[in-house]
Amino acid sequence: MEKRYYQPEVETASREQIRKWQSERLVKQVKHAWDNVPYYRKKMEEKGVTPDDIKSVDDLHKLPFITKADLRDAYPYGLVGKPLSECVRIHSTSGTTGKRVMAFYTQHDVDLWEDCCARAIVAAGGTKEDVCHVSYGYGLFTGGAGLHGGSHKVGCLTLPMSSGNTDRQLQFMTDLGSTILCCTPSYAAYLAESIKERGIKDQIKLKAGIFGAEAWSEEMRRDIEQQLGIRAYDIYGLTEISGPGVSFECEAQTGMHVNEDHFIAEIIDPETGEVLPEGSKGELVFSCITKEAFPLLRYRTRDICVLNSEPCPCGRTHIKMSKPMGRSDDMLIIRGVNVFPSQIETVLLEQGYQANYQIIVDRVNNSDTFEVMVEMTPENFSDSLAKIAEMEKSLVSALKAMLGIAAKVKLVAPKSITRSEGKAVRVIDKRKI
Amino acid sequence: MIYQISVFLENRAGQLAEITGLLAKNNVNIRAISIAEASDYGVLRMIVDDAEHASAILLENGNVLSMTPVSVVAVPDRPAGLADVLAVLADAKVDIEYMYSILAHGNETAYMVFRVSDDEKFANAINGKGLRIAEKAELGLK
Repeated sequence: MEKRYYQPEVETASREQIRKWQSERLVKQVKHAWDNVPYYRKKMEEKGVTPDDIKSVDDLHKLPFITKADLRDAYPYGLVGKPLSECVRIHSTSGTTGKRVMAFYTQHDVDLWEDCCARAIVAAGGTKEDVCHVSYGYGLFTGGAGLHGGSHKVGCLTLPMSSGNTDRQLQFMTDLGSTILCCTPSYAAYLAESIKERGIKDQIKLKAGIFGAEAWSEEMRRDIEQQLGIRAYDIYGLTEISGPGVSFECEAQTGMHVNEDHFIAEIIDPETGEVLPEGSKGELVFSCITKEAFPLLRYRTRDICVLNSEPCPCGRTHIKMSKPMGRSDDMLIIRGVNVFPSQIETVLLEQGYQANYQIIVDRVNNSDTFEVMVEMTPENFSDSLAKIAEMEKSLVSALKAMLGIAAKVKLVAPKSITRSEGKAVRVIDKRKI
Repeated sequence: MIYQISVFLENRAGQLAEITGLLAKNNVNIRAISIAEASDYGVLRMIVDDAEHASAILLENGNVLSMTPVSVVAVPDRPAGLADVLAVLADAKVDIEYMYSILAHGNETAYMVFRVSDDEKFANAINGKGLRIAEKAELGLK
């Protein structure tokens, strides 16, 4: 098979060349953050580091980390490195306690991000002859915009479908002959199921799928590949770092190549913050070395992964990361949406419930189910069933407003939620991924 | 005033047995009982001989409950006895939220527990038509 790349000179550069780019760009980026992001400058000063201390990637470990708590403290503009007049876009995702994470982009940032997504599409076999069907959500979520931009760069005919409305998805897919599908893996599985039910498999021309924004197993990959008759590729990213395309799978399907000319990946011990040698399992940390508007350095993703720079049969030289194997915080990803238990706690307290709750997540027919068990309180109890139902409905809407996805609420008797060693078990994740 | 004890029930086998068992152990006599149910939970409504004692016990055992004022009407124990009472309430435009029957003590009267939208309107309508709101004593309530 002929090997194809979107930016071959970058994607197949020697390790030495990549390292050289990283060092040059890191030095420049640290200076940019020091000069233009007072919040980060203060963090550097507290750690006793100045831009003069950073001469190459070897000095990266000297820099302070940025965490989600920093994003919250600095909300909304505190980590922005360019005047707003230079910024052209924001994207946003949910934060830990209701405050959203807001990421800013200059036109240059959008360009580089779209390049990263274009690399992923070409790695999945995309060319300008393809019809790229983007069923990620469009809007504040980065999924739609990222793959949409990447698809334009490759020159595919781009279908900006956004998520939902399965009938319309399938109609466009059959009428326009979509060849590449971009969406969450659970939505891909759902579409595959719908195609089977309707018996329209012979009208589907898909050859590849680029599926990300949530965890999925090898087994789920094989299911989707078999049902849709495609090859299914994983893609990784997070809004703070840009969005999808921070890393992506190639035809080898043995990990995701990190776009190292833009993002330096490290693995650290989540307890001590110490950098771990390649091949160790630990928390993934990214430094953005080309981004202007949101120049995060050493951002702790809380995803637990392993890095591997062994040569890849695809010819790409950029380091590969494993699928995230877990989290070093309590964040859940449910139907592609970040959910923090603390957000649920905030809503419960606002609605007059105790913070006694349990989240039960499962995966049924490749789709996530999400139930919140809430203990009834004397304040919210009534002898009238209608009033209880009203309170329950108001809780369901408040959760939806906070989280962006619907949860099923189950009211239970007080003190009935299991506690182990006096500490409540907040999350039961039954998904086998 | 007669108080109904309303208890939150989660949808779980054995919960009702636990509550009635607890009351039995503490020598509480249940005089009337009714259950309202939704798919995942319900409300148990009870008239007991000693409401204060019973609610204290239930609360101690971790139940969520409320004390709901209700009215009990003496209904002639004959055909159309209840229909007559309800016709009176319909004429007076009193909304009934729910009602259920209470065990009678072997006389010619049946008793119905009413939870209504407007207690005063309700009492006026009943008393004006030769009907009668029952007293605690005749129901064996403390």
